Amino acid sequence: MLTVAFDNVYESITEENDDTRWAFGTGFADPLSGVDTSVPPGVTADQSLALGDDALIMSHRLQEWVTRAPELEDEVALANIALDLLGQARLLLTRAGQIDGSGRGEDDLAFHRDEREFRNMRLAELDGGHFGHLVARLFVFSTWRLALFGTLHDAADPVLAAIAAKAVKELAYHREYAAGWVVRLGDGTELSHQRMQEGLDATWPYVAELFGQSDRAEFDDVVARVLDAATLTVPRTASVGGPGGRDGVHSERMGFLLAELQSVARAHPGATW
Amino acid sequence: MVSALAVAAGVTDPELPMLTLADLGVLRDVEVRDGKVVVSITPTYTGCPAMDTMRDDLAHALLAAGYTDVEIRTVLTPAWSSDWITEHGRQALAEAGIAPPGRAPSGPIPLTLGITRRGLACPRCGSADTVETSRFGATACRALWRCRACAEPFEHVKEI
Repeated sequence: MLTVAFDNVYESITEENDDTRWAFGTGFADPLSGVDTSVPPGVTADQSLALGDDALIMSHRLQEWVTRAPELEDEVALANIALDLLGQARLLLTRAGQIDGSGRGEDDLAFHRDEREFRNMRLAELDGGHFGHLVARLFVFSTWRLALFGTLHDAADPVLAAIAAKAVKELAYHREYAAGWVVRLGDGTELSHQRMQEGLDATWPYVAELFGQSDRAEFDDVVARVLDAATLTVPRTASVGGPGGRDGVHSERMGFLLAELQSVARAHPGATW
Repeated sequence: MVSALAVAAGVTDPELPMLTLADLGVLRDVEVRDGKVVVSITPTYTGCPAMDTMRDDLAHALLAAGYTDVEIRTVLTPAWSSDWITEHGRQALAEAGIAPPGRAPSGPIPLTLGITRRGLACPRCGSADTVETSRFGATACRALWRCRACAEPFEHVKEI
């Protein structure tokens, strides 16, 4: 029998005793390691980057609710959803760095780009408000993302198609969680109904940006069914308009978000431990 | 020397130690070519933080068994399904008090609203009078359920 001795507890879980440990990504294996990462002609990084940024920023906003959720089960749910999205972000950003040929990895893209270089929809960066606001944002985000990812099975980039096929299964759970809360709050007490409608009204100005000219039939159908069951009204709030997240134009809150998200990586560039 | 396949197939999941990676359906392929072992694994969930530990555990097991040249590859497609958990794995889960998954959904994704109650058998007493208490549990792949007959909570590996 072969006994393997380690000097410390971390050594036993690192590959071939490489003692870098995960901090802000350091020591993680490349999430696409071993995947055929050749880039078909004509494929650009735009889509992977944008969808990766949506997931990274939304995940960060969900993580902010950990220790603040109304019930332990919801705290666990929100952390799980954030983790799924972070996993999607890691794969998509890694892929974007491969396609654009810049040699940038997931950490470079997440921690060393400035605000104008981020391509996430403004919906993902929204914050604050009460639980009704959070539920509205998560419901819109997951319903939109699930519908969009369902169309990516024939994406020109096979890696993007594979990531999307996997993500669809996760997003179905996210949508179901959020939709369940929309119905519980909307069809609940007078106060919970009012809070849920407030959340939807505050979120709706950011919905048009998600679609631009693209098809939104599935989204509208799901929204109509859920809001009907919840006795809520589809908001008529005007859209914020103007250039948006896909053009690198963000709301004021994005700078504060990045300051927190990137602070450790920028204070200790290249650090491993 | 134990075959590389046997070594890799014996490595257990870091979060569900009653299951081997082969039982879980995560181990996709073990290939030995010119003395080099190439192991292919697929993540259960995209963000599953256990992937790195699985890679390391596989590498350590193979190195300890005498294989000096080991590569662990990630396979994304086809995406993992809970249908890939073996019959042996399902039994091991049930014996550990975790309800194994039913058939994974296929085709268009339905939107279900309201409480999920679909006769999942309690792994302790076998009653079908069970109710889901939380869709999300201690790991990405597990949900929390409660049996109304024996009043015990239990975990359930989700269908995906």
